[in-house]
Amino acid sequence: MNTEVTPVLSARGLMKRYGRVVAIDNGEFDLMPGEILAVIGDNGAGKSSLIKALSGAIRPDSGEIRLDGVPISFSSPIEARKAGIETVYQTLALSPALSISDNMFLGREIYSPNLFGKLFHQLDRQAMNDIARAKLAELGLLTIQNIQQPVETLSGGQRQGVAVARAAAFGSKVIIMDEPTAALGVKESRKVLDLILKVRARGVPIVLISHNMPHVFEVADRIHIHRLGRRAAVISPKDYSMSDAVAIMTGAMAAPIAA
Amino acid sequence: MTNNLNALADKTESVDAAAEPARGFAQFDTDAIGPVQKLQRFLHSYPTFVPLIVLAVSLIGFGLFAGSKFFTPYNMSLIVQQVSIIGILAVAQSLVILTAGIDLSVAAIMVLSSVVAGNLAVKLGWPPIPSLLTSFLVGTGIGLMNGFLVTRVKLPPFIATLGTWNVFYALNLYLSGAQSIRGSEIDQTAPILKIFGESLSVFGTKISYGSLLFVAVFLVLWYALTRTAWGRHIYAVGDDKEAAELAGIRTDRVLISVYAVAGFICALAGWSAIGRVGAVSPTSFFEGNLQSITAVVIGGISLFGGRGSILGPLVGALIVGVFQSGLRIAGVDVLWQLFAIGWLIILAVAVDQWIRKVSA
Repeated sequence: MNTEVTPVLSARGLMKRYGRVVAIDNGEFDLMPGEILAVIGDNGAGKSSLIKALSGAIRPDSGEIRLDGVPISFSSPIEARKAGIETVYQTLALSPALSISDNMFLGREIYSPNLFGKLFHQLDRQAMNDIARAKLAELGLLTIQNIQQPVETLSGGQRQGVAVARAAAFGSKVIIMDEPTAALGVKESRKVLDLILKVRARGVPIVLISHNMPHVFEVADRIHIHRLGRRAAVISPKDYSMSDAVAIMTGAMAAPIAA
Repeated sequence: MTNNLNALADKTESVDAAAEPARGFAQFDTDAIGPVQKLQRFLHSYPTFVPLIVLAVSLIGFGLFAGSKFFTPYNMSLIVQQVSIIGILAVAQSLVILTAGIDLSVAAIMVLSSVVAGNLAVKLGWPPIPSLLTSFLVGTGIGLMNGFLVTRVKLPPFIATLGTWNVFYALNLYLSGAQSIRGSEIDQTAPILKIFGESLSVFGTKISYGSLLFVAVFLVLWYALTRTAWGRHIYAVGDDKEAAELAGIRTDRVLISVYAVAGFICALAGWSAIGRVGAVSPTSFFEGNLQSITAVVIGGISLFGGRGSILGPLVGALIVGVFQSGLRIAGVDVLWQLFAIGWLIILAVAVDQWIRKVSA
C-alpha cells in the first residue's frame, strides 16, 4: 500500500458482533483520493456491515475509522453526511410523491432568506430548483425537463440518476453506492456506470458495492474483496481476471499478499 | 449551510456542462398515452380535482332540484357554519392521515378541551384567557401523548388513538358530569368562550367568526404543508418513512409534532364548538371522529399517506355540508344523506386506489 498518500476514508481493526455472529472481524478498509473502489464479497461476507459502519448506519464495537486521516465516530447516517460522506442506498431513499427538487433537498432544505424562512423554515424553492437543475445538468441529466416532476413518474434509471445527483451534490468527501445497477436493465445500467465515472471525474472518490463483476471490472480502479468478515485482498482489475476475483471471494484461491 | 451551498454553486459554474450534450439519459418518455392514462396522471398531480368536480356538480344539482331556497347567501353561509367544526377537525385529521396514520381521538380532544375551558372559566371562576390557554395545553398534551404512543411505544396509530379516544372521552364525561354548561352562564362569566358563535355582517349576509376561523386554519395549514420544510417532511414521512429516515429526516420528531399540532387544532375546534353549540356540551360531536375522516377521504387525501392536498378536506367537508343542506331543503329523509355520503366515501377511496397505480 502506498503510504505517502493519506486515504480519504480508512478503517483499522473494526469489530462488530451480533450475539455470537461476527459481522466485521478486524476489518480494514482504505479508500484513496479520486478512485473508484469496488467492494465485492459473497452474501454474508459482511460487506454490508462494513459499509454501514463507514456510513454511520451502525456503530462498530471497536476499531478506528479515519476520514482524511482524522479519527471519527458517527452515531447516525446524518452525522456521516454532515462530515461529507453520502450514501446512495439500494432502495434510493427517495420519496416518490415529492418532486425531484424536493427530494434532492430532503432533510437539508434551503430556507428563504427572509423572516418567514427564519421563523417557519419557509422553503426557498427558487434556490432549490436552481441548484437541483445545475446538479443534474452537471451530470448530463438535464433532459429531465421538469424539476418539479414527482420522482415516481421517472424510470428506474432516472431515479437512480436523481439519487446519485443528490449524493454528488452534497458528498464533498466520499460517495458510497450500494448496488446502483442491481435493479436496472442493460441500457440503464450503462448510463448509471457513465454517471459514476462522471462523478469520479469531478474528483470525489466512490465506494461501489456491487455483485455485478463486469460492472465492477469496468469502472473500478481497485477492488476490495471481502471474505468472512474481513478484507481478503485488494486487487487491481488490470492484474486479475474476474474468475480470479471470484476465486478469492469464495476462498478457492489464496489471497495475494499485497495489491 | 449557506457557505456550503455557495461552494456548491461555485462548483457548478466551474464544470462545463454544456461541453457534453446530454445523451438521452433520462430522456422523458414521450410515447403516446391514452386519454384514460392522461386523466390518471392528471388526477395524480391534482388529487383535489375530483372532489372539486363533485362539489360543483352537487351545488348545481341541488340548485336545480332543491329549489330557490338552496342558492341563497343565507344558506351558503349556513352550510359553511355547519361544517366549520368538522372542517377544523378534518384539518387535524389530514395532518395525521398524510403521515399514513389516523387519529380517532380528534373529537374527544375537542370536547375535553372545551369542557376544560368551560369548567375553569365558569365553574372555577378563572379568567377566560388562562382557561382557554389551559384548554390548548390539554389538547396539545393529548396530541403529544398520541405521538409518543405511536413513535416510542410503537403502537399502530389506530390502536393508540382508539385508546386515547376512550380514555379522554371518559375523562370528559367525568369532568363535566355529562352536564352541559349553559350559554347564559357563559355569557355572564366568560363571553369570549362563545366568540366564534358571533357573526359579522357582510353585504347583509351573516358570516360567523367560526366560519372565518375554519378558513383561517385551512390557510395556515396550507401554507405550512406546501411552503415549509415541516410540510415537506410530513409528506415524505407518509410517503415512505424508511426513505425519509435515510434521507436524514428525524421521522419520529415529525410524527410527534404532527400529533401535537393536531391536538392543538382540536382544542381550537373545541373553542369554536362552544360558540357554535352555544354551550359547553360534553356529549356533542360524538361522531366527529368519523365525520372528520369522511371529509378527509372525500377530499382526496390518501389513507395510505403522503398524498393529497390540504384543500381536499375543505372541499370534502363542504360536499358533506352541501348534501346535508340540499337533501334537507328538498325534504328528503335523513337516511338518504348517510346513503349518499357512504357512496361518496367508497367512490373517493376507489379513485385514490386507481390514481396510485400511476407510480407502478
